[in-house]
Amino acid sequence: MARKLLLEHINVPGINTLDVYRQKGGYRAVEKALKTLTPDEIVEEVKKSGLRGRGGAGFPTGMKWSFLAKPEGVARYLVCNADESEPGTFKDRYLMTYIPHALIEGMIVSSFALGANTSYIYVRGEMMPQIRILEKAIAEAKSAGFLGQNILGTGYNLELYVQPGGGAYICGEETALLESLEGKRGNPRIKPPFPAIAGLYGCPTVVNNVESIAAVVPIVNDGGDEYAKIGIGRSTGTKLISASGNLVKPGVYEIELGLPVEEFIYSDEYCGGMANGKRLKATVAGGSSVPILPANLTLKLANGEPRLMSYESLSEGGFATGTMLGSGGFIAFDEDQCIVRNTWNFSRFYHHESCGQCSPCREGTGWMEKVLHRLEYGHGKMSDIDLLVDVSKKIEGNTICPLGDAAAWPVASAIRHFRDEFEWHVKEPVKSLDTNYGLANYAEPIAKAEVTTGN
Amino acid sequence: MLKVEQQQPVDFSSALIAKCDEIVKRYPEGKHKSALLPILHEVQAELGWLSNNAMDKVADYLNILPIEVYEVASFYSMYFLKPQGKYMLEVCRTGPCCLVGAEKLMNHIEHSLGVKEGEVTEDGLFSWRGVECLAACGYAPVLQIGPEYTFYENLNEQKVDELIEDLRKR
Repeated sequence: MARKLLLEHINVPGINTLDVYRQKGGYRAVEKALKTLTPDEIVEEVKKSGLRGRGGAGFPTGMKWSFLAKPEGVARYLVCNADESEPGTFKDRYLMTYIPHALIEGMIVSSFALGANTSYIYVRGEMMPQIRILEKAIAEAKSAGFLGQNILGTGYNLELYVQPGGGAYICGEETALLESLEGKRGNPRIKPPFPAIAGLYGCPTVVNNVESIAAVVPIVNDGGDEYAKIGIGRSTGTKLISASGNLVKPGVYEIELGLPVEEFIYSDEYCGGMANGKRLKATVAGGSSVPILPANLTLKLANGEPRLMSYESLSEGGFATGTMLGSGGFIAFDEDQCIVRNTWNFSRFYHHESCGQCSPCREGTGWMEKVLHRLEYGHGKMSDIDLLVDVSKKIEGNTICPLGDAAAWPVASAIRHFRDEFEWHVKEPVKSLDTNYGLANYAEPIAKAEVTTGN
Repeated sequence: MLKVEQQQPVDFSSALIAKCDEIVKRYPEGKHKSALLPILHEVQAELGWLSNNAMDKVADYLNILPIEVYEVASFYSMYFLKPQGKYMLEVCRTGPCCLVGAEKLMNHIEHSLGVKEGEVTEDGLFSWRGVECLAACGYAPVLQIGPEYTFYENLNEQKVDELIEDLRKR
């Protein structure tokens, strides 16, 4: 069995309560951090752990923390990004629902390390049940003396609040999240200045994903070096993977980074294979924003070696033959799924969620949605396919925030790997309305690694 | 011209005001505008939707301009700017849910309730709409019902029919 750091006790009855969580060793990290470590020592441990941001970008957490400006007499803030909205990703909901104290404990230790005395957990508004769960956990922690004034007699003060969002994917982008937390529309800010210099209310701020903050607990308990021993290369530690789509056992799994993708999909310990005896056609490995890959490139690299669940292995081959780990939202498509329809669906999502600030994204996502809609519904032209590639290239890199890229990549990659299926929709406008292109050769062994339309 | 329902005066209950007073305390001195999103949720939970009068009242309460409330309420998808059914069934319609039948489910709901997306049933009890990813892809298809945003997971047509019957009886 693989090591579990976050979900080890997930099946213990009552683990959502403070008492049971403490019986299982919970809040040891708070005791250790506040009583025996300095804030700088904690930052050092997190750096040593090699922990990378679990929200999608994969930026080293310790480094992000070390950028935090510390001017005298100015408040600093830690804000937890629990605005989980990336299609395919539902790990943070799972963690907050079943083991909320893991996040609360991580928030206390991380706030102490950063010198924050007020911290916020920004939860997407639709997760009202999770907001109630967190508020209850915070109240429990407060009455046990882990929050409030003079925590554990150490003189450290911390107030922790939960803030509901309003249902906007864009607020997962950290500066949009801060705008939203200030009571405004979720329009991403132009960077620099980065939040580490001027974030919430213009004060130095760190924004971290739920899973990143929860991971600080085992790092403080066992030390950064121990954490770094798990995983492979620069992909250290464990990662929560949200598995969805046509799988026997969709759900949230904690894996040691470096697990072969094939084992993750087919072994009984994880997803248990494809549902209904169907065959795998394609996957989106890291949430809807990352490039889609056909089955053969999902399981193997272009050189034929097995692909692993790690930051490096998933991105091996660049966008020509690889993808990204992203937030770990793993979506599996079986042979009956239509790539054109799914790409249209994702495009509609990005069009709906574009904040409208930058014209390439505001207009481009709408065009992509419309063109994909006509391809899916039998009104497409052959030239539409290249038009889509053209539009996606003109969005990518031309927007304030990464939503533009996130909207462009799924379209560009779908056409890169599944162009024949798009062409079939143009050639067979009537047939494609009620028949799917099927598995085609997408699961065939990789004969050639050449890909001509790489970015 | 404003419709009649938008001109009706609104009253905030004392319980609602007490909640708002509590929320405002979470933020540093002078940063009370941060309370806007949580307060709008509370107002919508009490009144069912956000009328212009309700939003103006929130602006008064927070001592900000009405436009600051309108621009936020119209930006975020959770706020209703027109009356909805008592139960608003929000069905996730994004990729992973569609892989396992969300579109079929929406067609079924439209048929069962007899109203199109965004419309209200004659008895005022139900509306439905497709919404974007609800972060529950592993339990798809899913739908949620506010104001507590209770989740219904691993749905099929039969389960949805039972749910609608249950809600009718409440």
